[in-house]
Amino acid sequence: MSKNVKWGNIYLWFMFVILYLPIFFLVIYSFNSGDVMQGWEGFSLKHYVELFADTRILEIVVNTFLVALLSSLLASMIGTAGALYIYNLNHELVKNVFLSLNNILLVSPDVIIGASFLILFTVMGFSLGFTSVLLSHIAFSIPIVVLMVLPRLQEMNRSLVAAAKDLGANNWQMLTRVILPVISPGILAGFFMAFTYSLDDFAVTFFVTGNGFSTLSVEIYSRARQGVSLEINALSAMMFLVSLILVLVYYAISSRSGRNKKQGTRLVLPASEGL
Amino acid sequence: MMTKSKRQRQLFYLIPYSIWLILFVVAPLILLLFQSLTTPNGHFTLKNYATYFGSGTYLRMTFNSVWYSFLITAITLVISYPMAYLLNQLKQKQFWLLLIILPTWINLLLKTYAFIGLLSKSGTVNNFIGLFGIVPQQLLFSDWSFLLVAAYIEIPFMILPIFNSLAEINPRLEQASRDLGANKWQTLKRIILPLSMPGVKAGIQAVFIPSLSLFMITRLIGGNRVITLGTAIEEHFLVTQNWQLGSTIGVILIVAMVITMILTRDRIRRTGRKRGTLHE
Repeated sequence: MSKNVKWGNIYLWFMFVILYLPIFFLVIYSFNSGDVMQGWEGFSLKHYVELFADTRILEIVVNTFLVALLSSLLASMIGTAGALYIYNLNHELVKNVFLSLNNILLVSPDVIIGASFLILFTVMGFSLGFTSVLLSHIAFSIPIVVLMVLPRLQEMNRSLVAAAKDLGANNWQMLTRVILPVISPGILAGFFMAFTYSLDDFAVTFFVTGNGFSTLSVEIYSRARQGVSLEINALSAMMFLVSLILVLVYYAISSRSGRNKKQGTRLVLPASEGL
Repeated sequence: MMTKSKRQRQLFYLIPYSIWLILFVVAPLILLLFQSLTTPNGHFTLKNYATYFGSGTYLRMTFNSVWYSFLITAITLVISYPMAYLLNQLKQKQFWLLLIILPTWINLLLKTYAFIGLLSKSGTVNNFIGLFGIVPQQLLFSDWSFLLVAAYIEIPFMILPIFNSLAEINPRLEQASRDLGANKWQTLKRIILPLSMPGVKAGIQAVFIPSLSLFMITRLIGGNRVITLGTAIEEHFLVTQNWQLGSTIGVILIVAMVITMILTRDRIRRTGRKRGTLHE
């Protein structure tokens, strides 16, 4: 028995090492004074200096965060509206139809989303660039917001809304004073997931980005095709830090709002489908 | 039945949401299907499907894609099931699970890029095996490196659903099985394994479908030796600009996805690939 546990622990440790090895490998080599990811030549911050002097990369970082912020804000609004609409539907069948339509983009492979959006933009005569990337990111983030907000609505005490109505609240007051405050943890979680989706996305962006505009994932892809540059390692160390902060923030949000654990579930995986 | 104010309210919510549904969910799928059924001039044709099914190259590519997805899924399953099982017996299991999930938050491109450094001809892995007197091997741009990196990226998505289904098993069932004289192996085979099947199915679904559509890894790590359905779509849309045939392969990919989902369907639970759930 104890022997089994011991072998089990070795296996677990081994797998954890494998899981983190590539990530730490990248981060450690970002401090290498040499120029390639092999043969340690000493500690240096020169790749970070290079990174911060590279205006193209910095511009792309700003673009990436701008797209992430705008798309998650807009997706939160539209997604919340969608969740409220679906919640208010009385007919069970209609509700299920809307839910299935909502989930189509969640289960579709990113290549399909990217290719079909490319056709859409072309047919509409839309030029590819910042706007097409932004619209695509809004589009694939909306369903996750709906799924994060709906459980909050279902948990909401219906008599709150009835009471507000009795007391003479109009639609707008009911929404802003009663419903939105109650479901705000769901909206916040949805916003946050949409933000990470947008930051991580590669495949969809790759299809709809056109020539002039680029996000970090697309830029890393095109640089990696040309070979290794430790500037990317420095960039990845910074992004690792950002991911770590995002995870911590997310868990702070979800544990604060997770007091009511009737559902018993929490969301943990960001979009990583974009292969 | 609806009051006027409720109708107004619903309309206010429906307008932005339905614009999204029509423009970005329904329209793109219809356009994809439409493209696959037309010539470049917009005339109806079944030629694209005829080309696809009549060509040995396309069929071989599809078979290869399915075969590699199967291999990736099998490898991740074999690695992940014991891990999920062992994790589930740890004391601080939520914390360890979080450590499994954390790498999925890191940009996929960066993880792939790390492997370029690890596996290159004079890279770390070659230096390491060099210590044992093995001459440097061509590791990058091979089928093996493709399988390795794909499996590495997919492992957390397989562990999570299996872990969840294992955590749901009532521990008393295991105790009862012991009391009734089953040994550890029998308990595993007769109790744990069958009860964790929903998790295994969800994991297979979560790994198999994305594996069919991988295209970035095939280029960066596989060196275009392995062509998946996803690579073919990307190639037709962005390189050769043959959108009609690209859309046809897209439709085939959607059909493959639906078949996989039906085969691994579970009556109890719906698990989206992009979201994982932690049971408290």
